[in-house]
Amino acid sequence: MIAEEPKTKNVYEREDLLTGCQAVSQGVRLADVDVIAAYPIRPYTEVMDALSKIIADGELDAEYIIADSEHSQFEIVKHASSVNARAFAGSSGTGWCYGFEALVVTATDRLPVLFLVGNRALDDPGAFGVEHNDAMAVRDMGWLLAWVTTPQEALEHVLIGYRIAEDKRVRMPMALAMDGAFLTHSQHMVKIPTAEAVRQFLPPYDLGEGRLHPDNPISIAPQVNEDWVMELRRQNWDAARRARGVIKEAYREFNAVFGERYSSPFFTEFMTDDADTVLIGLGTVCAPGRTACKRLREKGHKVGFVSLRWFRPFPTIELRESLKRFKAVGVIDRDFAHGSPDDGGIVMHEVRSALYPLKNRPAITNIITGLGGRDVSIDDCIRMYEIAQKSKTEDKLDNFVTWIGVRE
Amino acid sequence: MATETIVYDKIKGVHKIPLEEFYTSGHRTCQGCESATTMRAFIKVAGPRTVVTGSTGCMYVANTSYMTTPWIVPWMHTQLGAGGSSAIGMAAGLRALKRKGKIKDEPINAIAFCGDLGGGDMGLSGISGALQTDYDLLIIMYDNESAANTDIQATGLSTYGAQTTFTPPGSKHRIMQKRWKKNVAGMLAVGHPTCKYVATACATFPPLDYMNKVRKALAVGGPTFIHTYDPCPKGWDFHPRYSHEIGEFGIKSGLYPLFEIIEGQVVYTYDCRKTAKGRTPVKEFLEAQGRFAHLIPEDVDYIQKRVDDMWEEWDIPGVAPIKGVLKA
Repeated sequence: MIAEEPKTKNVYEREDLLTGCQAVSQGVRLADVDVIAAYPIRPYTEVMDALSKIIADGELDAEYIIADSEHSQFEIVKHASSVNARAFAGSSGTGWCYGFEALVVTATDRLPVLFLVGNRALDDPGAFGVEHNDAMAVRDMGWLLAWVTTPQEALEHVLIGYRIAEDKRVRMPMALAMDGAFLTHSQHMVKIPTAEAVRQFLPPYDLGEGRLHPDNPISIAPQVNEDWVMELRRQNWDAARRARGVIKEAYREFNAVFGERYSSPFFTEFMTDDADTVLIGLGTVCAPGRTACKRLREKGHKVGFVSLRWFRPFPTIELRESLKRFKAVGVIDRDFAHGSPDDGGIVMHEVRSALYPLKNRPAITNIITGLGGRDVSIDDCIRMYEIAQKSKTEDKLDNFVTWIGVRE
Repeated sequence: MATETIVYDKIKGVHKIPLEEFYTSGHRTCQGCESATTMRAFIKVAGPRTVVTGSTGCMYVANTSYMTTPWIVPWMHTQLGAGGSSAIGMAAGLRALKRKGKIKDEPINAIAFCGDLGGGDMGLSGISGALQTDYDLLIIMYDNESAANTDIQATGLSTYGAQTTFTPPGSKHRIMQKRWKKNVAGMLAVGHPTCKYVATACATFPPLDYMNKVRKALAVGGPTFIHTYDPCPKGWDFHPRYSHEIGEFGIKSGLYPLFEIIEGQVVYTYDCRKTAKGRTPVKEFLEAQGRFAHLIPEDVDYIQKRVDDMWEEWDIPGVAPIKGVLKA
């Protein structure tokens, strides 16, 4: 849902033309982050360019460390978080993969660091453009994982992200994902909240009895072997389940401070009220998706678009309740899952799995598109709607997955 | 002498060693484990206002088990290659919190330890990154010349010729460990000119030397590094009662030089050339351990030659393998 005026006055200090990365840097400033570790890789890296200047100008009091690799970068913020410092890092593509070991332990140590993932295709061969496989790699590791679609949302989800991640019922790291180039580097007008409004929404980070400090002499993550790993996995599982409720609470509170910004925490629907066919996807594909939707509506087609925001935890119940209203659902994947069931993408598998318990399921079809940063046009999206519409009546078992925008 | 320029609380005799222990019972290290001594000694002299990270390695797996942790001070596991980066993280977090008034502004030591595999091979880049910062932190690399928890595999710091599970002597190849021991302390000192203190040490020889080096490293400020030499009865194949003596042999033979580099100045803290007997033959050191049982006299001669070279040919003996400028 696009912004309505906030109920509280003066929650915004100014409006600036910012890219997605710059908007995140403003969120980090407002969250009064204590430790930032940087390492360059396109396209996320612009957030670190922006933050270094913010720190150089004295607008944020934080330690800014230029690490020697992504592995070190992620370990630095993990350990800063363990001493109760609010920490920020990020990466893209294979850089994210280079630090993967550290990403795993940040989640198993239950440390609520916030990372920006500027989605980028994995090498080889080299490509700067968006593909979602990088961020998707942490989806089963105990991470919070959400995609934003505008710089305004990006700024706000730094604040929302820290609040959810640091909540003691959750304590999971947060990956804030955004499409490389299309969002990391595209400029929009962004309303920048006041420090006072942020203070109302985001409590200070308090790791309590979990912090590493001489006044709290604990041992964190000693060797446990088969004696305790399963119980710890269970705690993490429980936290991910509890996170769904904490997420809802956080958006309610956010709306209370900043006005009715978000009608639903987990996904945003567009023209779905009387729709029979919808497309669902992550990230900026919603822009051509919504325009295509409007054009088809003009011709009398009952179509709609669902922008999925939260991927971990997955909004199982909410999405199931929403999608069961439709006859056909086309799932857009800007990722690949080679050799998976039906050879579909990651998002399709999750959506289809969420819909499986329904007695009358909508027809599902899968579209793989926009890989490596390839543009997804309005016409492409019109074709996607047509494919989804046909799936209502056609037997799609033989061509369940359609690649759109690929040279055959 | 450069060493006197560091103002620190020197331990002047064995009877002056602090009695209080911050590394106590609970660890499950092997009989005769020198690395356990390295742990016990550093935290004894660092004291309770310290936070510690330990990289994966035998001093994690065998040393720090859930519900039997030996650490009285706050301790956290870190990944194999994250000794340097974990130290930065702790030090940076504590500095920011103190400056912003979120915690009491007081000196807190940040110490990370890692083994020779984690620190000298995988984590070298992270340690290099740490030594370029201006945080007060100490990285201790405990070197038992193997991946000692994983079955005794060779690392880049294993002595030339040593038998390990990755370097077994065979009928065709007598020597599989053909790499010369990596000179980590020398490399780090040479490569990081703003780092004020780099040292090598052995927990038990000479007495007090290691403890005072830890005190100096913590007192001098900024990032610091100590490489310790930890004979391992299981991995080096000798009776656990001789752990201290094996370390002493290695140092006296010149294989493992003891030095500190303080603001660029080298101080030999035990100079094997200047003792009454001079440098002892490496043969005595090699013969005392089963891991060298397969060596033949010419192998011993080769090792002796390289050690002689270290002390007689290098411009900075035992520290930097540079032999001056080639004349055109």
